[in-house]
Amino acid sequence: MLTKRIIPCLDIKNGRTVKGVNFVDLRDAGDPVELADLYSKAGADELVFLDISATEERRKTLANLVLEVAEKVNIPFTVGGGISSIEDVDILLQNGADKVSINSSAVKNPQLINDLAAKFGRQCITVAIDAKQINGEWKVHLVGGKVPTELNLFDWAKEVEQRGAGEILFTSMDNDGTKDGFANKALAKLSEELNIPIIASGGAGTMQHFVDTFKEGKADAALAASVFHFKEIEIKDLKEELRGNEIPVRL
Amino acid sequence: MIPALAGMTDKMKIVIINYGAGNIQSIKFAIQRLGYEAVLSDNPEEIKSADKVIFPGVGEASSAMKKLKASGLDTLVPQLKQPVLGICLGMQLMCNYTEEGDTQGLGIFDVNVLRFNHGVKVPQIGWNQIESLKSPLFENVEEKEYIYLVHSYYAPVMEETIAQSNYGIAYSTALHKDNFYGTQFHPEKSSVTGERILRNFLNLSTTN
Repeated sequence: MLTKRIIPCLDIKNGRTVKGVNFVDLRDAGDPVELADLYSKAGADELVFLDISATEERRKTLANLVLEVAEKVNIPFTVGGGISSIEDVDILLQNGADKVSINSSAVKNPQLINDLAAKFGRQCITVAIDAKQINGEWKVHLVGGKVPTELNLFDWAKEVEQRGAGEILFTSMDNDGTKDGFANKALAKLSEELNIPIIASGGAGTMQHFVDTFKEGKADAALAASVFHFKEIEIKDLKEELRGNEIPVRL
Repeated sequence: MIPALAGMTDKMKIVIINYGAGNIQSIKFAIQRLGYEAVLSDNPEEIKSADKVIFPGVGEASSAMKKLKASGLDTLVPQLKQPVLGICLGMQLMCNYTEEGDTQGLGIFDVNVLRFNHGVKVPQIGWNQIESLKSPLFENVEEKEYIYLVHSYYAPVMEETIAQSNYGIAYSTALHKDNFYGTQFHPEKSSVTGERILRNFLNLSTTN
């Protein structure tokens, strides 16, 4: 049986791991390669590296980091942040990333999704969508959630699927950093309306939140950062809790 | 078919066929973690002289097949005599045919690869379990251990199936015929279970 995935997310800035609370305040949580190795041994199913550097050296730094992670880690990982071209994706996949995640660049140039899916296969193209509710409507946001767009979350998600995304990483900006739980209603709607896997992100605070996002939110995977980085939740304990709630997990 | 130590020396020559199909660095690193070195190559002589050959593949079937044909590897691979392991799309291309891009395969495994169409999300991404294990490839691997998969197409269960998984239906997660092996899952990404399977493949007798 296909299991539900638990995915720690490592925010990377200039080669170091950071975690933003509501994407604004940053705290250092260690060396990415070491942390990745630790998480793979702790039972993480997959890892996401999100690069938030803004330097000119960022592409090269990220490509080198991917190579170091691939050398050490025996579980799959996804790389995102600032990816905007076929060349960007090519070097990351060649260096050992399993999937790439694109976000703002897909909104600015939706054809990029088609091009990447055609060249590399849809299974390695994750489209990340950040959204929050404005007057009751879920609107897609860019630049780490700072810039609103006119796009409706569900319309955009459907378009992304049609263009060839292999899965969607949905971050609710309303929930991110709150530790009050995932945006399960929106997640369930995405899961029902689309036929590709949905990763839930934003709002993890307790183990029960993960149970809820798999049961009520119908998510295929759940991503979190600080609850793992600061050891508020151990992955093994979380998976035992999920299994106790009849949610299939790899243990 | 008995795993033998023959050929399993420090000098074992492992070649990963490099035809421009995706994430082969991870396979090279996985082999490195087991204490061996693998060479990436598209050179027919080098591939023929290897003790073990790994035939990877990520991406879309018809374009991968075009790349194989352009380099003449489509005729070379079926003629190889040493143990060959096809991974993911590599395994699918070793079959007769795949619905993806309406593509003729290498015809090593006598089966047609079909698209998932059983009320499940496509692609399947994540960790599933392997069962009905029947091959030295799975020595010291328990029934229902977890392996990592990313795919939209599958090989149905047939005579050459040596492991199966369930995703809407039961399907082949590994195939074996003569010196040819194929895994739908990624052993290089399947944690310690994958490492054991990869090690079992490297331990196969070269004259298998």
